[in-house]
Amino acid sequence: MTELLTPVVDDDGAPFWEYAARGELRVQACAAAGCGAMRFPPRPCCPRCGSFAAVWRRTSGKGRIWSYVVPHPPLLPGYAALVPYHPVLVELADAPHIRLVGNLVARAGAPLDSVAPGRLRIGARVQAVFADQGGVVVPRWVLERP
Amino acid sequence: MAPPDGTAFLKDSTAIVGIGRTPFARRLPESEKALACRAVLAALADAGIAPSEVDAFASYTMEETDEVELAKAVGAGDVTFFSKVGYGGGGSCATLAHLAAAITTGQATVGVAWRSRKRGSGPRPWTDTTAQLPTPAQWTRPFGLLRPADEIAMLARRYMHEYGATRDHLFNVALACRNRANQNPAAIMYERPLTRDMYMTSRWISEPLCLFDNCLETDGALACVLVSAARARDCRHRPVYVHSAAQGLPAQHHGMVNYWNDDPLAGPAWTAARHLWKQADFGPEDVDVAQIYDAFTPLIPLSLEGYGFCGRGEGGAFTEGGALETGGRLPLNTAGGGLSEAYVHGFNLITEGVRQLRGTSTAQVPGAETCLVTAGEGVPTSAVLLRN
Ligand SMILES: [Zn+2]
Repeated sequence: MTELLTPVVDDDGAPFWEYAARGELRVQACAAAGCGAMRFPPRPCCPRCGSFAAVWRRTSGKGRIWSYVVPHPPLLPGYAALVPYHPVLVELADAPHIRLVGNLVARAGAPLDSVAPGRLRIGARVQAVFADQGGVVVPRWVLERP
Repeated sequence: MAPPDGTAFLKDSTAIVGIGRTPFARRLPESEKALACRAVLAALADAGIAPSEVDAFASYTMEETDEVELAKAVGAGDVTFFSKVGYGGGGSCATLAHLAAAITTGQATVGVAWRSRKRGSGPRPWTDTTAQLPTPAQWTRPFGLLRPADEIAMLARRYMHEYGATRDHLFNVALACRNRANQNPAAIMYERPLTRDMYMTSRWISEPLCLFDNCLETDGALACVLVSAARARDCRHRPVYVHSAAQGLPAQHHGMVNYWNDDPLAGPAWTAARHLWKQADFGPEDVDVAQIYDAFTPLIPLSLEGYGFCGRGEGGAFTEGGALETGGRLPLNTAGGGLSEAYVHGFNLITEGVRQLRGTSTAQVPGAETCLVTAGEGVPTSAVLLRN
């Protein structure tokens, strides 16, 4: 299989990937008293209150498909080999304004084309699972009711 | 004219007096720099202004020719203002805003804005995996959301789901642009009519977007010349005034991957529009013709909503009944736009706005007096209202 891109991790995002490697889906949240705003993508300070204090709050890993696309070539070779794969945008049940891009798969380790595009539906409930992508553990998504 | 607090008004204080361009083609033999020089010299000749009088330049990112190279090649004088606006296609109209501000506040007298691009024969930016924007590189591209078309398709599917917009609405956009290109001998698609059957059976690029929902890939360059309103009255052509100008970067906006806020479908157009109309003497209902950035067809219904031509969710339905065609409610992209004339990061929309208000478009709206020109929706953007 040709290579897929791996996340280009920055200082702000590093904890997300460290938690993912442990099988946890965590989101950055403000640690200031009385604030607690969850934010994504991660950033140095809280856009609501300006605090630089942050925690990584564990989520249930539950969400719903907010939208999805089915890309067709021309694509980078690793992805062209997986057509018809289908990036999904998952709205987190714990923080609806946070929508993670990911891939819907039949089970944790299954390839990106393991679910037929016809199975996708906006609003479908999904659950986060974790899989290795080029040496980095990334979240993937499975249907709650396959 | 000046408000009592001493600040300067931009309203009608400057005018576009010259426009120029190279031919458009999938492949042009000359370099981007040579094309830029040709477009700038053509615009100055159109204005009847000597290159040595140019003292201001404005461009926007993904422009490979810088001010130093351009100024010395075309023979500009001493330059006292130069500006480069970010976000690629979102910056086209901001070049006019920056030049208008510089001229109105006395920092310069003759401004040139330009765009030169070899996107037809050059590489597709998304194929470069080493020079990625940080947010997509970490959070979206690894999952196969690789190209601008994929990023916009994600919003487009949600838009269609939420508001009942259809592929026929997107076709209406593609068709209006193509019909105008069929009247414009300079357009890449001049001799290539589009039918609904061609649209509905074309190959997918990123479902729900097909080939004809995507802009062209073009080599070409354009430029325009801006001076004060007082000087404009002595120039060769009827002045086209910059009536209002605005940039827009909304709170909690994330660029083309605008997925992490309460309302991803209300983008930069809304922010730019509020400022644009606040400064203007007229409103959306008074716009005679619009040149709206069309890298992808869904940007048109979104922009129609953002700039106030219809309500939220009504952008698809707005396109029905020939509304975007000549004689419709809002004639759109009358030279063919990025979808069918040329994709030069939206600068051809500016020059076509000028032609409409000079009365020299190949798809002239009779008696057009006002024109909205916008830059890319979905990225930090900009827009201008032009009037004659
Ligand atoms: Zn906070």
